[in-house]
Amino acid sequence: MISQFCAWLSATSLSQHIQDAFWVIPTVQVVHIVSIAIVMTSMAMLDLRLVGIAGRRQSLPDMAARFLPWVWIALVVLLCSGSILIIGEPGRDLLNVVFWVKMSLLATAIVLTWTFQRMLRRSKTFWDRNRTAAILLGSVSLVVWVGIVGAGRWIAYVEHG
Amino acid sequence: MMKQFFHAMEATSWGTAVRESTWLFPTIESIHVLCLVMVVGSIMVVDLRLLNLASRQRSVRELTNDVLPWTWTAFVGAAITGTLLFSSSAMKYSGIWQFETKMCMLVLAAINMGFFHLGAFQSVAHWDQAPAQPPLAAKLAGGISLAIWVTIVALGRWVGFA
Repeated sequence: MISQFCAWLSATSLSQHIQDAFWVIPTVQVVHIVSIAIVMTSMAMLDLRLVGIAGRRQSLPDMAARFLPWVWIALVVLLCSGSILIIGEPGRDLLNVVFWVKMSLLATAIVLTWTFQRMLRRSKTFWDRNRTAAILLGSVSLVVWVGIVGAGRWIAYVEHG
Repeated sequence: MMKQFFHAMEATSWGTAVRESTWLFPTIESIHVLCLVMVVGSIMVVDLRLLNLASRQRSVRELTNDVLPWTWTAFVGAAITGTLLFSSSAMKYSGIWQFETKMCMLVLAAINMGFFHLGAFQSVAHWDQAPAQPPLAAKLAGGISLAIWVTIVALGRWVGFA
């Protein structure tokens, strides 16, 4: 099923155009990496702040206001650039188990980040009052994001289809 | 001279290990990517503050004190992993212009940082807090740094395709 979809997708003219222009994939990958830099740094700051290791001079709502919009915007850019990469080489990603591990981790990370934001909106002191939950959320989120970056690089090294 | 040095690097035990193992290169590369995104991302936080585009309400000194130790830690990680990756095929990488340009860009980034620290940053007390704006020299340093680091990422990715 998925391999038929990949065959169809790579035969589309859009995919053909991406495959024919040698510069598209490297360029889009650079956009992808710079966006990852924005998301990863922002999330690391927030997660380390949640755990209590870094940035304690700033309040959590201030930090969230500074970094969360960048996370969501960069995630949209990642979704777009990632889609172009998939359209250009469908089999490399969609038939690769590491790609699906990365997507599962991404779904987890989005749920965690959304939970963080939602609780903070309900009460500015929620995470300061629930320290155990804050440490748990921060550390799990950090590990998941590191996993996403690692899996992203490993896609290139695991045989697909 | 340089050729002999690169040759010796390839012959080291770690260079040989990375070259001959199937999993060491991707594993070290993943750590390299993780470190470099932290370097670039955290530098962007500082650059955007210098450009007066983000974190405007924060003291520049407080911000740099919070962020730069993480930048340097990640940079050390990127340098170590980068050296390991390089030594696996030092002769090959040293001859690729994208790699050479990337190294030159790293030197430029260091020079830009040096100018900023010895120049505009000396008077940071006068423009540390909003509503004061960073002076032109600081904005310039931030803008140049941003451009250099994006170029470094691009060249680094390009090495893999060369």
